Amino acid sequence: MDADAALLARLRDGDEQAFTDLVGRYHSSMLRLAMSFVSSQAVAEEVVQDTWLAVLRGLGRFEERSSLRTWLFTILVNRARSTGEREARTVPVADAGPVVDASRFGPNGGWTLPPEDWAEAAENRIDAAKLSGLLRGCLDGLPGRQRDVVLLRDVEEMSSAEVCQVLAISEANQRVLLHRGRSKLRQVLESELGGGPR
Amino acid sequence: MSFMSRLPRFRSPSPVPCQQVVEMVTDYVEGVMPGADRRRLEHHLAGCRYCTAYLAQMRETIRLAGRITPDDLTPEMRAQLTDLYRRWRTEG
Repeated sequence: MDADAALLARLRDGDEQAFTDLVGRYHSSMLRLAMSFVSSQAVAEEVVQDTWLAVLRGLGRFEERSSLRTWLFTILVNRARSTGEREARTVPVADAGPVVDASRFGPNGGWTLPPEDWAEAAENRIDAAKLSGLLRGCLDGLPGRQRDVVLLRDVEEMSSAEVCQVLAISEANQRVLLHRGRSKLRQVLESELGGGPR
Repeated sequence: MSFMSRLPRFRSPSPVPCQQVVEMVTDYVEGVMPGADRRRLEHHLAGCRYCTAYLAQMRETIRLAGRITPDDLTPEMRAQLTDLYRRWRTEG
């Protein structure tokens, strides 16, 4: 049984600690996700609280056709989306342009300012807490849907199918957003670890 | 070394510039790249240590993103949620 399935069983048994564990595990990601649909932290917090209540109330009906977290995030996105629509906030436009600055390539498209070899050494050169803070900061700065996709795919480690289901987007759209978002996280690591424009 | 890179030179796939490689890496890592494109990319990677380093950086970025730890909840938020749970328990 995976960790979520175990939590679900405990939750259904009325174990309060199981709820606390679930909250600790998903609350901050849910809040991040809600933030990209609504206009303020306060509204996002309300949406997340409503979601938790809906999850508790829905426990008896949840048929486990999807995983617990897919169900959780789907409820959240539906609520956040309808709240956001009521607030009539404009959806952030996706950015365009290359993921690596064109000035780093020569006229034939080859590197003139190439990447450095830090991939193997990243964790030895920056401590884990700083690395986590750095990436979290970058994640929070990504345009809305890029942040959502990177959060669910790479931080929560969902499959692309799960992410498409939760966010109601196509595979192709998901991949474009993932590409742009991941590339920006890489850039942040590069500016810390070496290589690229100074 | 890939199968394609061992073929005689006149059979080698049309070259991909580094600038295009950086736009192809996600499709490659996601395993959704059509065979012909994948072979072109792998042929390029076999001969380009910079793009190989770039790909390694992207894979490392993905791995490190998976280790971002959840933010701690504020005590107020924690209390509100405990309260929410207890209220739900009494709903019957």
